[in-house]
Parts: sequence; C-alpha cells; structure tokens
Amino acid sequence: MRTEPGGCCCRRPVRANDCVANGEVRNGYVRSSAASAAAAASQIHHVTQNGGLYKRPFNEGFEETPMLVAVLTYVGYGVLTLFGYLRDFLRHWRIEKCHHATEREEQKDFVSLYQDFENFYTRNLYMRIRDNWNRPICSVPGARVDIMERQSHDYNWSFKYTGNVIKDVINMGSYNYLGFARNTGPCQEAAAKVLEEYGVGVCSTRQEIGNLDKHEELEKLVASFLGVEAAMTYGMGFATNSMNIPALVSKGCLILSDELNHASLVLGARLSGATIRVFKHNNMQSLEKLLKDAIVYGQPRTRRPWKKILILVEGIYSMEGSIVRLPEVIALKKKYKAYLYLDEAHSIGALGPTGRGVVDYFGLDPEDVDIMMGTFTKSFGASGGYIGGKKELIDYLRTHSHSAVYATSLSPPVVEQIITSMKCIMGQDGTTLGKECIQQLAENVRYFRRRLKNMGFIIYGNEDSPVVPLMLYMPAKIGAFGREMLKRNIGVVVVGFPATPIIESRARFCLSAAHTKEMLDTALKEIDEVGDLLHLKYSRHRSVPLLDRPFDETTYEETED
Amino acid sequence: MATVAEQWVLVEMVQALYEAPAYHLILEGILILWIIRLLFSKTYKLQERSDLTVKEKEELIEEWQPEPLVPPVSKDHPALNYNIVSGPPSHNIVVNGKECINFASFNFLGLLDNPRLKAAALASLKKYGVGTCGPRGFYGTFDVHLDLEDRLAKFMKTEEAIIYSYGFATIASAIPAYSKRGDIVDKAACFAIQKGLQASRSDIKLFNHNDMDDLQRLLKEQEIEDQKNPRKARVTRRFIVVEGLYMNTGTICPLPELVKLKYRYKARIFLEESLSFGVLGEHGRGVTEHFGIDIDDIDLISANMENSLASIGGFCCGRSFVIDHQRLSGQGYCFSASLPPLLAAAAIEALNIMEENPGIFAVLKEKCKRIHKALQGISGLKVVGESISPAFHLQLEESTGCRERDVKLLQEIVTQCMDRGIALTLARYLEKEEKYLPPPSIRVVVTVEQTEEELEKAATTISKVAQTVLL
Repeated sequence: MRTEPGGCCCRRPVRANDCVANGEVRNGYVRSSAASAAAAASQIHHVTQNGGLYKRPFNEGFEETPMLVAVLTYVGYGVLTLFGYLRDFLRHWRIEKCHHATEREEQKDFVSLYQDFENFYTRNLYMRIRDNWNRPICSVPGARVDIMERQSHDYNWSFKYTGNVIKDVINMGSYNYLGFARNTGPCQEAAAKVLEEYGVGVCSTRQEIGNLDKHEELEKLVASFLGVEAAMTYGMGFATNSMNIPALVSKGCLILSDELNHASLVLGARLSGATIRVFKHNNMQSLEKLLKDAIVYGQPRTRRPWKKILILVEGIYSMEGSIVRLPEVIALKKKYKAYLYLDEAHSIGALGPTGRGVVDYFGLDPEDVDIMMGTFTKSFGASGGYIGGKKELIDYLRTHSHSAVYATSLSPPVVEQIITSMKCIMGQDGTTLGKECIQQLAENVRYFRRRLKNMGFIIYGNEDSPVVPLMLYMPAKIGAFGREMLKRNIGVVVVGFPATPIIESRARFCLSAAHTKEMLDTALKEIDEVGDLLHLKYSRHRSVPLLDRPFDETTYEETED
Repeated sequence: MATVAEQWVLVEMVQALYEAPAYHLILEGILILWIIRLLFSKTYKLQERSDLTVKEKEELIEEWQPEPLVPPVSKDHPALNYNIVSGPPSHNIVVNGKECINFASFNFLGLLDNPRLKAAALASLKKYGVGTCGPRGFYGTFDVHLDLEDRLAKFMKTEEAIIYSYGFATIASAIPAYSKRGDIVDKAACFAIQKGLQASRSDIKLFNHNDMDDLQRLLKEQEIEDQKNPRKARVTRRFIVVEGLYMNTGTICPLPELVKLKYRYKARIFLEESLSFGVLGEHGRGVTEHFGIDIDDIDLISANMENSLASIGGFCCGRSFVIDHQRLSGQGYCFSASLPPLLAAAAIEALNIMEENPGIFAVLKEKCKRIHKALQGISGLKVVGESISPAFHLQLEESTGCRERDVKLLQEIVTQCMDRGIALTLARYLEKEEKYLPPPSIRVVVTVEQTEEELEKAATTISKVAQTVLL
C-alpha cells in the first residue's frame, strides 16, 4: 500500500476540504465523520488532516484492541494475580520454598527496605518469564549475535550458564539502526588508534580538566551534522535529559510532555521543579488545548503568567513506533511562543533521506527546534548524548549543565567511534556507505512492516519507523513468543506492563541496515509460524490514526513544591 | 404482603399527623419552606464568572511574552571557556598548549595510560565493537558486564554488585530506588547525592558535616516523631546518606560512629565511595576497610569507576536483598544503554592490577602525607582535607568577602601554576544549585605516578605563586 513519495495521497485533499467545510480551518481536526469516511474508503491508509504542513504522506495507525482479546487479557491477569496470592500464602506458611533474597537477621526489625507488595508483580508475574530479558550476549550486537545459553532449575529465580553459546541468532532487538555496531572496519580502527593514544578514561569533568581536544572536535562535527550553531556532548544519553532539563526550566515554568515520553525526560522534568502537564500521545488537539489554557489562565492559584513553556517530545517513540507530528508541533510552538525540546534518541540517523533525524524526514528547518537532543547509543553504535541549538543555548549549558560540572566526560575511543560513524553518514569519509545504509534501512522498514501487516498481525506505529511493535496482548504470550522465537534462532524483545499499558503487551523488532533481505525473510517466516502457533493474527485491517482514538480532556498535572 | 404493609404504614403516618401537636406541625412546615427556599435560591454569589470570549483569549495569547529560553551568558564567565587538553589527560598533560604535570585528574592509581588496561580494552573492542546498542534488559547485557559485576562483588567481599553506565547516575539512581521518605544526609554531600535525593522526593534532613551529635539529634527528633505516630513510623524508612571521602571537603566520614547510630536508631546507611574506593584501606576497598568495619553493616555502597579505575561508569554493591531491587527499580540501570564493553574490560583489568599490587595504596598514602605537609604554612592559603586524602582543597585563609573576587584570585594562582608546569584546577560548583555551597578552592589531586621531586616542585610552585598573587 505504499504511496509514491512524490505523488499525492488520495485522502489528503478530501480531508482538507472537510475541514474547511466545517469551519475548522485553523487546526483542522474533524473526528467522527472523517474517521468513518476514512474507514469506509481506505482501510489501512491514513493521512493526517493538516495535510498542508506535511511534505510527504504520513501514514500512522493504531488498530484498536479487539474486545474479546481485551477481555481475555484481563482474565489472564486476573488468574495470574489469584495464583500469585495463593503462592504468597503458601510461601508465608513455608509450604512453598522461598527463593528470593531475604533481609539479614540483624536487621529484621528495621523498617522493611521496600514494600513487600511492590514486589508482588515481580515475584509472581515477571519471574515466570524472566528468561526473556537480560539475555547475555557474547559478540558484537550486530545483525547476528551470539547468546549465552542459560538454564534455570528453580523457576527463573537463578540462572546457570551451561557454557554453550547459541550462535548466529538473528538480532531483532538491538538499536543498531544503521549497522555501526561492528568490530571491524574504519570506525573500529580509528577507535583502536585513539584508545592506544588516550586510554579509556578521562578522570575529570569538562569544566575542570577533562575537556579533551577530541571532545571539541566532536562537538563541532555534531553541530554541523545537525545544522545548528553549536552542540554539546555528554557521557550518557539518559543523563543528557535528566541533567539538562533542570538547567533550562525551573519553578514558574510549564513543561508540556507527551504521555509516552521516556523515563529520562520524565525524570529531568521532575528534577527541574517546573509544573508538568501531560498531553495525549502525539495528539495535537490535546497539546493545543493545554497550550491555550496555559497562556490564558496562567499559573494555578497565583494566576501569574508562566515564565516559559517547554514542549517535550520524542522523534520516534520507542514503544509505539510512532513518529512525532513535528510539522504540527512546530506550527503550534510558533503560534503560542513555546519552546520545543526534541529528543531524537531513536530517530537520529534512522530517519530522513540524509539520516539527520525527524527534522530531515519532514524536510523542516532545524532552526525551528529550540533544543535538539539525541543519543549516540543507537545509530552511531557508541554511547553518550548531545544537545544542539543556538550558540546562546550551548554557552549557557556549558556554564550551567549539571553534567559539565559534575560528571566525567566521554571516553576518547567512544568519541572517536562517534566521529567516524558520523562522518560516514555525512559522506565525509569519501564513500557512499552512509547513504547506502540509510537507504537500506528505509527499505528494510517498509518491507518488513508491510509483510507483517499482510500476515494479519496488529502492528503499531508509522510505516517509516524502524521500531516495529507487534501486539501480543496476553501475558502468557509474552513469554511464549520470546521463547519460541529464540528456539528458532531469532532474538526479539518482548515487553509488557509496566513498560506498556496493562493489556497492550507487545513484541518489538528493531530493524537495522545490517539486516539482509534473507535475514528478514527468515525472520518473517518464523514470525508467521509462531504467529499461527500462538494465534497472534488479530488484525481486522481496521487501523485508526491516533487522532481518532477516544480523547478525554482530563489532564494529569504535577507540581513540585 | 408488601403492599398491605405499606398501606398500613401510610395510614399510621396520616394518623400521626393528626395527633401531632400544632407547634410541631408549624415548625415542620417552616422547615420544609426553608428547604424549598434553599433549593431554589442562589445562596452564594458566583464570582463574576464572565468567561473569556474567544477574542479575549486570542488577545491574551498574543500578549504573552515568554522569558528567553536561556539568559545570556557574559563573555567573561569563569566557566565558559574550558581548558583544552591535547592528548591523553595522564601524568604529563598538555593544557592549553602548556606541558604540565597533572595535579588535577582523579587518576589516583595512574591507571589511565596503563598499557595493560589499554590492551584489555583493545581486545574487547576487537571482539565487541564500541557500543552496546541496547539497555541491559534488551540484549545489552554482555558477558563482560557479568564478569565485572562478579569481580567487583568479590573484590568488595559483598554478595552482589550492579554496574551503571555513568558514574553520576549511579548514586542518583540508587537512592530513589529505595528512599521514599525520611532521609538524613550530610550537609556537604556531593551533587550526585543531592540529585538522587531530589529525584526520590524524600523528606530530607541535613546534619552538619561529620557532626555525629547533630546527626544523633536529628535521629532522636525522628524517634520522637515516630512515637507520636507509630503507624506512619512503621512505613517510614530512614536512611543515612554519607560519602566515604568527601569530594567537597577531603574529609573522611566517621563510619564506626555511624554504624553504632545505625543500629541504635534502625536507620540504613548508604555510602558513596567514589573517592575512597581504590584509595583507602590496605587493599583499596574503601572506608569500610580503612576502619575495619564489616561491609555487611553498610546497606549500600556506591562508587564510580571513573577515578581509581580510570574507566567510565559506576557500581553499587551490597547484599543481594538490597542490590537486586535495583535491577528493576534503578532508573539509570533499566532505561539506559549499558556500559560499552571496552570500558568494562578496562575496569576488570584495573581490578586485576589493584589485586596484584596491594602495596600501591600505601605508596599513595605516603605521597598524600608528603605534599600535605609541604603545603602547610603557605601564607594566604589553607589546606582543607585529611592528610591521607589524595584529593584535597586549598582555600583562601581570609576571604575577600566576595565570592567572585575569591574565585578570580584562585583562578590566577591556577593559571600561573600552569605556566610553571603544574596543572591544577578550581573545584567547580553550580553555585545556585548546591544545597550547601563550599567556599571556593583549588583542588589538588595526588597520584602514585608523581615522584618526590614533582611533589616538592608542586608545593614550592604553589607557595611561590600564592605569595605573588596574594601579597
């Protein structure tokens, strides 16, 4: 169902007309009528209403959970919970053996370190399928990966390594989007050279005496890669968010955050002391309402106007596979004079014709995003994070970022890996390798997503997103899917509550430019088989764009006092 | 049956009405009228709820001007222009083009350019590449990580260890994994601890730095509060968060007293050992070994691998009961990409070296004492910190009364020392963010690589420069 990039999608003009007819020209959302019309006209195809802002078709859909599946999933959790209570009861009376670590005798009368109830879920649900996570690997996390075989003789409470290695498992789990996780080639050679010259550590912070010439070189390169005035880099992606947001906003400021934002953004927002309001995932209507109310009504109680408003969004949402509606966000941000913080952890390198991330994907101007944040962990096969933006912003961060003052700077060989891989993407290494990788990834994504959809699985997210969530729903299927796939030599990531809403457990595939067509075909064949085995083909081919999902106006607010 | 009974009740009611005294009926009548009045009248005036019209709202939106995203930074901000180090930041360092002996990096054991570390990291690089491309949960756990956790636990003689990919994130994630309320923290605690506490949203009480009487006072206060509200006390966890060797003061925490207090008041101890790990104690196990305290008496020890081990990352260790909880609750552990394997391999090799040369710690201690002694009695500067601490501070004996001017003076000393081949640094803080801002100081770091002559040279240079700048 792929539309030609140059061609115009059939739905778009129709929708636009609808909007005008309804008099909602400004934000142009028509919900009920357009949704049903769309469902009737085309079943999978969806383009947003604000068509004018998009230079390319934006096909993003989320098929609703079938009612029966939802009910059965709840029943599943109900049974698990009942059994959990029963087993806790048995453990309490020492009928069943306790495997978990216990407090030492001397400290038994202390207030317990964590609520026993907190661990109910871990003990009774997670422990049953714990073997699907933390699988240790012993090779490059490339397209194929070696996994250490492990066994458990006590129902996953502990693992023993058999010493065997499961060789050449197709890796659908690592965030190796552009295939730079390699142990040979120019990146590795350059990193090795720097390693021998510099060593691995730095032993100081940027502001003290840990600012190496390599760091300066990297920051200049990052700035030119992003097309911004200046950039700064940090030693850890998670900390880039959690340690820099507090430097930018404070009490009296408002943060508008997408409900599915990553934990690091949430932590950063909380540490900042600003008021946080959450808008529905990728829902521009919800965002606009919050923006409007915020400016009109000001701060709660004091009614003073907000000092500044910061919108926090991600490029690609790693659990939903959706891409932020950036053209609309930018339009709103300009209209309401808010600032935009864009976290490109998953999208940098992985999206856009030149790999510059979501801004490039939509053909927008990087100047319109106030704070461009991203990580080097994924597409660049390294570690750490960056922030890019105007020179004033970076100057301020250089003097006020928590990370620059208190945390050790990036390790030199890691810096070199970033520099060489980034130059490769930019084509500065004199080859077209980077460009080919970007194209290969885009092709892989379209192909893989289309095939899965045709098989009848419920797949979330945008058709261009390299993160592909496949819905499993029922708790028992989380474990079953992960194990069956590993049996067939394919490593996948499965996720359930609390990383997802309770009924929306899913498997997640991360595509890579390193995956060959044969690998994808093998994986697809096995997924197809396991899908039949576990009855996972729920789709009725009625996907709805997120916009048309039920939208209630209650918002969740958080204020730090 | 039911209808009959109901009828009977009705008849009885009517009868009762007849029999009731007149005043009763009047009173009830008034009450009924009152209720009707209450129902139909506006008893309170709604505030002038003139909802804003669309136009007014638009005007308000038009009118609103946000503050700039960031305030402008003045060109001469002391922290704006970083020192640029060309080449490795090891014993001999080139800062801003000047060759110096390094007295600023926390490379205590001189492992930064150790060929064995480099070889181990290189082997790992050739096997695994650089990045891990995933968090620990999702194919980001490498065999090297498991080895390193195992080795750290064995080295520290604890049941379990857990590694983080960033030193700062270690304690900052570990604290909120447990603490919900009722924390008691040393006032001089470093910034990572402060952030961790803030993230945990605990009730925080600060006690004066290393002042055990003050701590006891707070614990007693808490005890009295608990007795008042035993129900709340049963779920209020109490933590004493301290550093082994304080980054900001160069002092050692009085651990034996802390342990005594811990058992008396049933509070748990979290110990941050970034500076003391690989420094104090006969085998470099930190303050617990220094004081000869059973490591099991400390609930959680956290340290980074960015100082003595000359790698990157951090770890927590302790009993499995405590540590295991972080594997699902430590945010920096769950939600962050794991440590690049080459850094883990380097850390393992560093542990090997530490285990093979336990004499190294005594050498370091000797050097600390030497320079400490040599720096005493410089006019205008005072040495702050324990004599066995490899990182200590030089503060102005008498402040000029203005922080900015103090910083400028100290910066001048640092710059002139650098011109004479001694690399030092000011201790940097975010002045507005610190809970308890230490006075400005120069931080001096001792490493095992510094020879006696170099230590002498450093001391004389500092003293000479200080005299020219301060007098």
